[in-house]
Amino acid sequence: MTITMYGVAALAVLISMALSMIRAFVGPTVFDRILAVNVSGTLTVVLISVYGFLDGRPDFLDIGLLYALINFIGTIAVTKYVKFQDLGHPMEGPDEGDV
Amino acid sequence: MMFDLLHTPLGPLPLADWLSWLFIVTGSFFAIVGALGIVRLPDIFSRMHGAGMVDTMGIMMILTGLMFQADTWIVVVKLALILVFIFFTSPTTTFALARAAIHGGVNPGPTVEELVEAKVIEDPQLDTKIEPTFDPKVKQEAKPSNT
Repeated sequence: MTITMYGVAALAVLISMALSMIRAFVGPTVFDRILAVNVSGTLTVVLISVYGFLDGRPDFLDIGLLYALINFIGTIAVTKYVKFQDLGHPMEGPDEGDV
Repeated sequence: MMFDLLHTPLGPLPLADWLSWLFIVTGSFFAIVGALGIVRLPDIFSRMHGAGMVDTMGIMMILTGLMFQADTWIVVVKLALILVFIFFTSPTTTFALARAAIHGGVNPGPTVEELVEAKVIEDPQLDTKIEPTFDPKVKQEAKPSNT
């Protein structure tokens, strides 16, 4: 069994995801959990891409790109919901209705 | 045709495997160190530093390393798209999260004046007094616009 560069990358990404999941479980505030889940989702993009190369099917990069888009929108939406308890807050001042 | 160019097979690059190993091992190192920072650093604002480490150094290095192994140009273009997207969204997410944390009442730590008053550090004798520009407790007036 030879060690490939894809195997090294996948192992490192899995270790990083496990470490950030520790923070998502023990995090004292909700912002720690959002941060950990965001990092874990961004690492999933790399895991999908690496798996595509490992399997010889680089078409998986399309799924990775889509996952990056959804991860960003989801993190912004959860952050805004935690901040305002609402997703459609009206703009009343310079700091209202903002991300 | 232009799109045929994207699907033409790339010839073997010299030193491509060595460059891939270099980028992927460096990226893996920084990804694990950044994730360790997320676990071990003391508060949310310093944990964001670890998250930025994972995004910037770890993920970008690994994706750059994958670029050298591409068969066709379309793979390079897709990897570059993911790179550009992460380059712009990672600071945006960190900014939104830091603002939400300040708004949500997370204490970002003592200021210089409080540390001087508590005799933790000496007075740095700054020439200019630093005024806080953002106070979430004070509700600011909306500025009238000319439109």
